[in-house]
Amino acid sequence: MPWRALHSVVANEQIGPYRLLRVARGATEPGIPGQFFMLEAPGRVLPRPMSLCLATPGELGFLFEPIGRGTRALAALAPGDELHILGPLGSGFRLDVERPLLVGGGIGVAPFPYLSEALGGPPAILGFRTERHAEAAALVPNAQVVVEPTRVTELLESGYDVLACGPEPMLEAVRVLAPHAQLAWEAPMACGYGACYGCVVDSDGEPKRLCVEGPVLADAAA
Amino acid sequence: MQMLLLNASGCLDGLTAPEVARSLDAFVSKTVTPEPRGGNDPVRIAETNHGMLNSIGLQNPGRERFLAEVLPELRKLGVPLWISVGGFAAHEYAETCAQLADVTIELNLSCPNVDEAPESAAEIVAACRATTPLRLFAKLSPAVPDIAEVARAVEAAGADGLSLVNTMRGLELDERTLQPCLARAVGGYSGPALKPIALAAVYACFRATELPIVGMGGVWNGREALELIAAGASSVALGTVLFADPGSPARVRRELQESAELFGLEDPLQARGLAHEPHAQTLTPDLTTTKVPAFFAN
Repeated sequence: MPWRALHSVVANEQIGPYRLLRVARGATEPGIPGQFFMLEAPGRVLPRPMSLCLATPGELGFLFEPIGRGTRALAALAPGDELHILGPLGSGFRLDVERPLLVGGGIGVAPFPYLSEALGGPPAILGFRTERHAEAAALVPNAQVVVEPTRVTELLESGYDVLACGPEPMLEAVRVLAPHAQLAWEAPMACGYGACYGCVVDSDGEPKRLCVEGPVLADAAA
Repeated sequence: MQMLLLNASGCLDGLTAPEVARSLDAFVSKTVTPEPRGGNDPVRIAETNHGMLNSIGLQNPGRERFLAEVLPELRKLGVPLWISVGGFAAHEYAETCAQLADVTIELNLSCPNVDEAPESAAEIVAACRATTPLRLFAKLSPAVPDIAEVARAVEAAGADGLSLVNTMRGLELDERTLQPCLARAVGGYSGPALKPIALAAVYACFRATELPIVGMGGVWNGREALELIAAGASSVALGTVLFADPGSPARVRRELQESAELFGLEDPLQARGLAHEPHAQTLTPDLTTTKVPAFFAN
C-alpha cells in the first residue's frame, strides 16, 4: 500500500465549471488509469477521492467540480500551497482491449486524459449538462461531444470495448448497450484503502469495497 | 503496565492494510456477529464540519467464516489481536467468546447503527465472563446518563478493562437538499468533535474503577493522546484519523513521546491520571505555541 506524501500545488486552473489541480509529482507513482488518489482537503476532516486526470514526468493533475465543502477547499488552493496525497489506490482500467471507446459523462471524464494517452488516443464520446461543462472535453483527444438533452448512449455503436466513467444512470444505460463495458463507479468513502467500509456496493451478489476492488468493475451489478 | 497504541474497531482492515496494522501495538478487528451481515444500504459515510458519520451496520462475514477464514489470516500479521465481538443478545456474545483463544476480546456493547441487545452491558459481560478466561474489554457508549455507573457494573461483572468511547448518534443534512446525507439518516459520530466527550468519559471512569482504559475518540495527534492518558487512559486507540492518514500511528506515537517529554515525563504512561491531581509542571507560552500541535496539524 502506498503512503501519503506532501505535494506542492503548481497550478489550479478553471476549465468551465471545473478545476484542474496540478501538483508537483515528487516520488508518487501515477498508477494505472482509473486508479485514484485521496487528496487532503484543507481544513476538512476527511480527504477526497479523485481519479488521476493527467500525468507528466513532473506533475499529477486532478479534475473536479467544486460542489461541496471538500472540493471547494481544494478549489481554493493556490500555487505553492501543500497538501497530502495518498495513492495510487484501487484497481484501474484493463488496458488490454482491442477497440477501445471511452464513454464519459460530466466530471466522469476526469480519468480520460490519462486513459486516452495510455491507449494511444482512442475515440471518445463525452456528455455534459451544458456547453460550459463541455469545455472539459478539450482535455480528451478524438472526442465527440454531446450536451443535454442528447445522451452519450445515442452515439454508442456496437463492436467497441467500452471504458466508461460518469453518473450512475449513465453507467447503467451504457451497461445495457455494452454488457462487457468496464465501468468506473463512485461512492462516498472516508479512507480509500479498505478501512472504513463506506464505499461497499453489491456486485454480483457479493459486497465489494469500491476502493479496493474498484472503482473500475467489469460486468458489475453495482 | 504497558501503554498500547491500537486502532479503534472498524477503522482499519488488517488484511488490506497489513503495514498499517503492524504499525500498531495490537490490531483490533471489525466487530464479529454470530450471523453474516451485509451492513446498511449506502450512503454510509458523511463528513461533518468537525467529524464524520458512519452507518456501516456491522458488516462482517459472521462468526463461522471469521473463525475459519479471517482469523487465521489476521494471525499472520504477527501483532497481538483484539477481536471485537458483537451480538443481539447476551448469549450471542458469549457463544462467540467461547470459541476464541489467544486474543483479547473487546465486547462491542454500543454500536449506534444496529438494534441493541435487551440485556445490560454488565449482564452481557457476566455471560461472556462465564465462558472465557480471555481478557475482556467492555466498549461503552458515552451516550448514557452516568458512564461511571456502567463502568462500575461491568467491572463487578468481571470485565478486565474498558474501551472508551464508541461513536454517538448524529445527523448531517445535505447542503443543497436539506435531506439526511446517510441512507439511514442517523449514524455514529466520530472524529475531532468526539474528543471532549471521550475525555469526559475516561475522566469519570478512571475515578470510578481500577480497570485499565483504552481511550479513543477524535485523537488526531500525540498531544491529544497524552490528554486521554492524563484523564486516565492507559492505552490509546486511533479511529477516524486512520481514514485520513494511514501513517498516523507512527506520527502519533512520536508526537506522544515528544508531548510527554515537554512535561518532563520519560514515558507517556507517567502522565496517567495527571488531570486528576494538582500538577507542578506548566508549559511556558513559547512551548505551548511552538510544540503543541494545532487542530488538524497532520
